[in-house]
Amino acid sequence: MGTPTTQRTIKLEVFRYRPEEEDEPTFQTYEVPYREDWVVLDALNHIKDTVDGTLSYRWSCRMGVCGSCGMMVNGYPKLTCAAFLRDYYPNAIRVEPLVNFPVERDLVINMDDFMRKLKAVKPWIIRKKEQPLAEGEYRQTPAELAQYKQFSMCINCMLCYSACPVVGREEGFIGPAVLALGQRYNLDSRDQGRAQRQETIFGHEGIWECTFVGECSTVCPKDVDPAGAIQMAKVQGAMEYMKTLLPWGQRS
Amino acid sequence: MSAHTVPNPLPHSKGGRTHEPFWWSLFSAGGVVAAFVMPVLIFLTGLAGAFGWGAAQEAFTYDHIANLISNPLIKIFLFVCVSLPLFHCAHRIRHSLVDVGLGGIKTPLAVVSYLSAAVLTVFCAFVLLRI
Repeated sequence: MGTPTTQRTIKLEVFRYRPEEEDEPTFQTYEVPYREDWVVLDALNHIKDTVDGTLSYRWSCRMGVCGSCGMMVNGYPKLTCAAFLRDYYPNAIRVEPLVNFPVERDLVINMDDFMRKLKAVKPWIIRKKEQPLAEGEYRQTPAELAQYKQFSMCINCMLCYSACPVVGREEGFIGPAVLALGQRYNLDSRDQGRAQRQETIFGHEGIWECTFVGECSTVCPKDVDPAGAIQMAKVQGAMEYMKTLLPWGQRS
Repeated sequence: MSAHTVPNPLPHSKGGRTHEPFWWSLFSAGGVVAAFVMPVLIFLTGLAGAFGWGAAQEAFTYDHIANLISNPLIKIFLFVCVSLPLFHCAHRIRHSLVDVGLGGIKTPLAVVSYLSAAVLTVFCAFVLLRI
């Protein structure tokens, strides 16, 4: 084994926006060491630690669990902790903040609107009457768990919001992750809060805005399949709608 | 937990009832017909009948087909096979046009799309009833 005489490098074109200094975003190119086992997040951390401490971005776990490091990597929404440099080398990699969100600074987006929508769908178990602790836990069979388990894997990374063209053009659209989470709780045998989520999921800004482009499921790093969750909800919603048309049906 | 109940905090919410499920149901039903029935019909009429494969050679004579279509059940079947995919197309085209940037004329798009499907559906019924 010989020592390489020259260190291989790779270029990162990073989106910069510092609102107190500049009106328009710019791109800044950094050359970082190329290592086979590095991901884009490692390269950003290298820049932050040794080249330019002013670069801002979000990250935490480095292992696809926390959902904070989502960015556009060569125009595609990705968790930067799972985007290996080796898949792009020797070409330059363009790193931008997630699209369809306002930019706070550099690679940091503003997620206030997402958080509002997330809260609106009430993603927690709602009981009509909370059972006292002494009566034990709410039990569930493996089959009941399987009903919603896939949709519970969401880490709120918001990649699906960047991938969805409807999110880009309809400000009010509740969006893939939140609708899938709504389904996750509606399908949970322990939950009794479906009526409280009705307006958010089945209203004007909910599932019916979706045009089934399906990109949300393609980019999802946890295989949640939000598009599938939304189509399932559409079937339920359509059945409920048809029932209201029957003479004995109740119009809500 | 019920202690967490919060008022709906979304500023854009239009409220009220949406009739999108009605159009989506037609879209969905049309999709099923287009995916499962159409390929069989295309195979039978467009290939087997046209090239006279096997038993199709005798089955696809004018008299035989005319006789078949005069059956009310077959008329209903053909009506479903034509009208539902029309609404499927209308819905898909309407939403695709909005997706590619015609969101500004949403309502006219919906009217033109579904009206076209409705007119062609009526025409289909008219033709079938005349046979």
